[in-house]
Amino acid sequence: MTATLDGSNTAAHASKAAVTLSGVTKAFGAGNRRVLAIDGIDLEVPTGSFTCIVGASGCGKSTLLSLVAGLEQPTSGALSVEGKTALMFQESALFSWLTLQGNVELAIKLRGGTSKADRAAEARAMLELVHLGDFARHRPHEVSGGMRQRAALARALAQQPEVLLMDEPFGALDAITRDLLHEELEQLWSSRGTTVLFVTHNVREAVRLGDRVVVLSSRPGRVVESIDVPIPRPRRIESSAVADLAAHVADRLREEVSRHGR
Amino acid sequence: MVVETEQLSAALSGLDALDVVAAPAGRLRRARAVILPKVAATIVFIGLWQLLVASKWKPEYVVPSPFSVLHWMGQNPGSLLSASWVTLSRGLLGFAIAIVIGGAIGILNASVPVVRSAMGSMITGLQTMPSIAWYPLAIVFFGLGEHAILFVVVVGAAPSIANGIMSGVDQVPPLLRRAGRTMGARGLTQLRYIVLPAALPVFFSGLKQGWAFCWRSLLAGEIIVVALTNRGLGTLLQENKDFLNYVGLYGVMVTIFVLGVIVDGVLFGTFDQLIRRRWGLVEA
Ligand SMILES: Nc1ncnc2c1ncn2[C@@H]1O[C@H](COP(=O)(O)OP(=O)(O)OP(=O)(O)O)[C@@H](O)[C@H]1O
Ligand SMILES: [Mg+2]
Repeated sequence: MTATLDGSNTAAHASKAAVTLSGVTKAFGAGNRRVLAIDGIDLEVPTGSFTCIVGASGCGKSTLLSLVAGLEQPTSGALSVEGKTALMFQESALFSWLTLQGNVELAIKLRGGTSKADRAAEARAMLELVHLGDFARHRPHEVSGGMRQRAALARALAQQPEVLLMDEPFGALDAITRDLLHEELEQLWSSRGTTVLFVTHNVREAVRLGDRVVVLSSRPGRVVESIDVPIPRPRRIESSAVADLAAHVADRLREEVSRHGR
Repeated sequence: MVVETEQLSAALSGLDALDVVAAPAGRLRRARAVILPKVAATIVFIGLWQLLVASKWKPEYVVPSPFSVLHWMGQNPGSLLSASWVTLSRGLLGFAIAIVIGGAIGILNASVPVVRSAMGSMITGLQTMPSIAWYPLAIVFFGLGEHAILFVVVVGAAPSIANGIMSGVDQVPPLLRRAGRTMGARGLTQLRYIVLPAALPVFFSGLKQGWAFCWRSLLAGEIIVVALTNRGLGTLLQENKDFLNYVGLYGVMVTIFVLGVIVDGVLFGTFDQLIRRRWGLVEA
């Protein structure tokens, strides 16, 4: 939220926002097939913060990330992003004809980076960062879903983004793998200072990871509430502090969804 | 923090070891599983052929025994080999031209929507034209010679190749295009690094089909276009028929069949498998 809702982020810090949306609206289609996906979202993501966005299915979360990534243009409103973005999807979107190493190398190449030898060394280092050094020569279909998502994370980081956008990246993983990836992501984030905008419909995941959780209304998406997460890190998803706050977020979400029942 | 990282690393590598399956059975065993049935089928075929001969359904000079055909082939390796070479090189030249023309048309159609709506259905229509129907026109244009054959071969193969590119590009998952765009690939870069590689398996099927059309048009051409200085398999076939050398007729047909199996089955088939495995479209 802008300064009005987020107490810790007053006007003095406004210039430090990595992503700013004011009154951003996005509609798809025209005439009576027009779908209003997002309706007047105001959101400010401070540089270096970890912001989670939760909302019911179809409320425009993916649309929001596409807008920030520049894949779509807002119908109205203003959007500004400081620096480059990288986007990670629910399915890994790795290129199946390349090895994990090749995928990361391509990201470096498209970024406009360096010589072939440097690319190889850098890609290798990125894979090691996500603990996949031993699987550099594997192809995406030869490794598990969790490993694919880690490789996708390495590929996203290889783009050297200032803002990392993640669209339910762990949604399709089992709980054990997801826990480990939460830990890994948290470590990477705190050591690199990248701004993260993380979309999920899992409220526990949101509270486990975020500095703050932004709740969106059901379609069209609007910001309903922005909740700070004061729980110290490292956190555990099983901890009672996480569970309590998650319950609160879940209540807000449920209120939102039930408004549509009538 | 260091301790945490180490713990995490250990946990992850444990999980990874559980996730990644061991390599499948050896290459030798796989090769044997592929080759043995084929050998068996060949033996059965030759057996049935011999039975037909033994039944005296037709006189021996019309249906000769498979062994006398093999014997004839063994006696005339020179003419069979040189005719095979002539036919194959004709085919390769036509195929190469078809790839260039069909490829250019395919890429143009796949990337420019206006061109696609103007030409798209015409290309599919051309594909349904039996290539033999082109010969009269080709002969009117180019006379009874190499060029007429080349023309028909190219016209026969190019639409399949263009179509392969078009449907390959159509089938590229939008997610991959989006991923490419977020990585900064647009326009030609997008085409080069994301769209074309993603389309390759389908494109390769188009190539395979293009070769089949090419081969058919080619042999028809060699039989129809009689005034050729370089004698290919089609010419040889026709000559053996004209000189009532039916053993030779069978021998040439067996050669054509074997060549077809080698190029289509072994060459294209192997590459097709390789690509599909690489692209993760079949079990490794
Ligand atoms: N390209 C598009 N054309 C038309 N409608 C679209 C398009 N993209 C999204 N929409 C619509 O916009 C709304 C929001 O979609 P979006 O994918 O952003 O939701 P989401 O919150 O990410 O949903 P989910 O939880 O299922 O991922 C949906 O009603 C969807 O049908
Ligand atoms: Mg979504």
